Amino acid sequence: MTTDTLPGAPVPFPGEPGVSREVAREFGLTDAEWEKVVFFLGRDPTYAELGVFSVMWSEHCSYKSSRVHLSRLPTEGPQVVQGPGENAGAVDIGDGFCAVFKMESHNHPSYIEPYQGAATGVGGILRDVFTMGARPVASLNSLRFGRPDHPKTPRLLAGVVAGIGGYGNCIGVPTVGGEVQFDASYDGNILVNAFTVGVAATDGLFFGTAEGEGNPVLYVGARTGRDGIHGATMASAEFDDESDKKLPTVQVGDPFMEKLLLEACLEIFAADCLVGVQDMGAAGLTSSSVEMAARAGSGIELDLDMVPRRAKGLSPYEMLLSESQERMLMVAKAGREQEVLDLCEKWDLEAAVIGRVTQSGRFVCKATPGYDPLSSDPTERAAQLVVDIPIGALADEAPKYDRPQAEPPPEPTTPAPPTDVDCGEALRALVGSPNLGSRQWIWRQYDQIVRDGTVFRPGEADAAVVRVFCEKGDETLEKFLAISVDCNGRHVLLDPRQGAAMAVAECARNVACAGGKPLGTTDCLNFGSPETPTTMWRFARAIDGLAEACAALDVPIVSGNVSLYNETDGKPILPTPTVAVVGQLEDASHRVPSGFRVPGDVVAHLGAPSRGALGGSEYWVSKTGQVGGEPVGIDLDAEARLQRALLALAKARVLSSAHDVSDGGFGVCVAESCLASGLGCRVSLPGDASLPAAARLFSEEPTRVVVSFAEADRDAVAAICAEHGVPFAAIGEVAGEHVDIEHALRVPVAELAAAHLAALDGIVA
Amino acid sequence: MKVAVVVYPGSNADWDALHAVRDVLGLDAEYVFHKETELPSPDAVVIPGGFAYGDYLRAGAIPRFSPITPAIVQLAESGAPVLGICNGFQILTEMGLLPGALTRNAHLRFECRDAWVRVESEGVFTRGLAPGHVLRLPIAHAEGRYQCDAETLARLNGEGRVALRYCSPTGELDDASNPNGSVDHVAGIYNEQGNVLGLMPHPERAAEAILGNDDGLALFECLRAHLEAA
Repeated sequence: MTTDTLPGAPVPFPGEPGVSREVAREFGLTDAEWEKVVFFLGRDPTYAELGVFSVMWSEHCSYKSSRVHLSRLPTEGPQVVQGPGENAGAVDIGDGFCAVFKMESHNHPSYIEPYQGAATGVGGILRDVFTMGARPVASLNSLRFGRPDHPKTPRLLAGVVAGIGGYGNCIGVPTVGGEVQFDASYDGNILVNAFTVGVAATDGLFFGTAEGEGNPVLYVGARTGRDGIHGATMASAEFDDESDKKLPTVQVGDPFMEKLLLEACLEIFAADCLVGVQDMGAAGLTSSSVEMAARAGSGIELDLDMVPRRAKGLSPYEMLLSESQERMLMVAKAGREQEVLDLCEKWDLEAAVIGRVTQSGRFVCKATPGYDPLSSDPTERAAQLVVDIPIGALADEAPKYDRPQAEPPPEPTTPAPPTDVDCGEALRALVGSPNLGSRQWIWRQYDQIVRDGTVFRPGEADAAVVRVFCEKGDETLEKFLAISVDCNGRHVLLDPRQGAAMAVAECARNVACAGGKPLGTTDCLNFGSPETPTTMWRFARAIDGLAEACAALDVPIVSGNVSLYNETDGKPILPTPTVAVVGQLEDASHRVPSGFRVPGDVVAHLGAPSRGALGGSEYWVSKTGQVGGEPVGIDLDAEARLQRALLALAKARVLSSAHDVSDGGFGVCVAESCLASGLGCRVSLPGDASLPAAARLFSEEPTRVVVSFAEADRDAVAAICAEHGVPFAAIGEVAGEHVDIEHALRVPVAELAAAHLAALDGIVA
Repeated sequence: MKVAVVVYPGSNADWDALHAVRDVLGLDAEYVFHKETELPSPDAVVIPGGFAYGDYLRAGAIPRFSPITPAIVQLAESGAPVLGICNGFQILTEMGLLPGALTRNAHLRFECRDAWVRVESEGVFTRGLAPGHVLRLPIAHAEGRYQCDAETLARLNGEGRVALRYCSPTGELDDASNPNGSVDHVAGIYNEQGNVLGLMPHPERAAEAILGNDDGLALFECLRAHLEAA
């Protein structure tokens, strides 16, 4: 137990509380984990060390319940430049450039303080991306709230949306899309999943590695305060009625500081004076140091006296666990630290050398008792050892559990919803419901267009399409990314495996509808407590479903995040494995919007006609108040064929529009294509006419798309579908001012538009 | 001909402006960092959108203390074209180059959407556009509500210095088309000489067909024509 500089074991810091098994329990460690700590150290930990173990072994940082399952996900492919394990993943987009992306949850903080929770979620994911050396070019988000009429929903929705906008708008990264669902299961535990994609030269990627003995470790960015201490631990426990008291664990964001950090970092990276870099996210200084050393197989020694701070009297424990935002840890090449400091000064950023890389394989921190750079004389420093922990104990050798699983009993069978309804009235109600209505109130609060790249704004296509600029020598190349984020937890609840596969399929289908080739996936797995065997059973099956769909559709997982303990008073959320797929358009002229564009165009249905299966649908839930019915399932072979056909159609430039059938079914799909342009349509209703019209209209069976095209292109479209083995049926034309579905309904588009626009009024007006 | 795009800490539409002027319009353009004290012999300056200095204190309040600012004021007073877009408009009012102030939108939310503006008067950026000509331009701001006292407004109107007003797609001035509650529907104003324009909408984000809108290019074409004639 020796260190490079200071002999002997760390001694308790003056004023720090004592340490015991009981204190460890309060920190979220089990008795077995406490014993493991003592075993690794060969002694009792100091208070600061116990804090370090508790955050590094939290579910949030260690993935201790999920690691055994995550290994089943497909992560490789010729397009993968960087798979899971780094700050973000990356896929090749040609000419030596890659798209760098990741999604992360900020669920617990957003429930406690919606504005700051959501804002810092955006800030965190942006840092994950630019830490890789990529300039962020677009953000999306996936949000879940409780029932629209739950008393907390209005405040949470308004706060989260304002927080996402407040951060993204200021830093200047457009928020180009996302999705929102309201469901009773999120009443006490909302979800805020934030996604960002950036672009980097592949040979200019940076990694979170602390290599090279003696290399200086630099702290860059905002000063350290007491905010967010134990945020990672909070995110690893379920909520109860005491949760509001956890407010001090929420961090506060400063997007202006992050903008400076972004620009400074990109200039520092370009100067090639760094070995590695990592943002200080969850568990702050501790996790960034430990993870960088673990990746390099090295050690790190920090002098905590040098940490820039804004609060007086910070203890080592507080400095190590603070989650103050907008901070980076950098390892510079030896002798190049002044260049880093100079560039930080250019951008008016605080920076300091706070340590060095060692070969000890240990995480070592020292600090002077009673010393505070805000008030003390620097000559009075006499640092003592406060932390000395083997890196492995905090990383690879952290606890890993294969938790017990149990198949849950089937969801209580609710009576099926009636299908002998006025279909026009039912469509009007769905289109005007909070789950299917216009999101305009939300996205107008986001700057969707900064950076001159937004080709499709929210609502204009099934996927966001963004032009990105890649500077190669004197030339600026323009490339086009398509991005979608999706998940419907109701289908996952009914069948976790197929429901998770449906989420991947829908995301990739959205990208293909917009004209992009899907390239890679990032996921954000939101579930309840892993200590509940039925939740773990669902989690494991959802992983299988994700794995099957990602393999079948050739969209490997390149990054992701797991968020467990999303439950309140023992009631878990719907299992919500949110996914985002990034694709690329070969050429801008391949882009396809989702709305009808030309009166007289042919409307066609691609894919197998509906079987009238209403399980898990918005229609079912809206009529019965419960998630129920038989799972609708998915045929991944048919899905892959459909997506290949969509891409071929886009490349042939024969489509006027393409919109997939998803939430709300065929009826809502067709209505949305009309609402986008105000044009009506006259179509027949696909599916066996002996099935009730309402069932065929509102079934959410996947792998179906409604397209429109010029009459002159009818043969070409049919031929491409035939070539890919995709069922093709011309069902009508773009015409008139009504959504007119034969033998089912006829409603003026203007009437639907009014209902659609007013859908969130009950919550936000 | 050279156009300088000023970069303050927190500017975030600097790329948008550079791209529109350099890559779309084809003029020589470059960034100038706020810590410089001289502009590199530019013929025109663009102060881009964003959140300079984090909008701390007030949107646009702090940049007037930046080292580059005296050079911008001097250039503006010499009669060279100066364009302030969004946060740039806020900065120009705080620098004293334009009268009035931009306050919180009437509905108190950030709002990003297309708006329509009507060309009202001639100046460097609108010369050659017919009065009454309607442009569709996106807005993206939380503090875009133009306000000034009655005397200033009378002067602006009397001297033909209101460059653009929010209007309906067909050019009517109605309250529903005013996205932020600006007094008298003001979307952009000129200084007395007509060489300094501040406006809240973003013409630089609507200058290419691939973005679904190139209406904004008209203002930059006017700038080019002015520079070529000079």
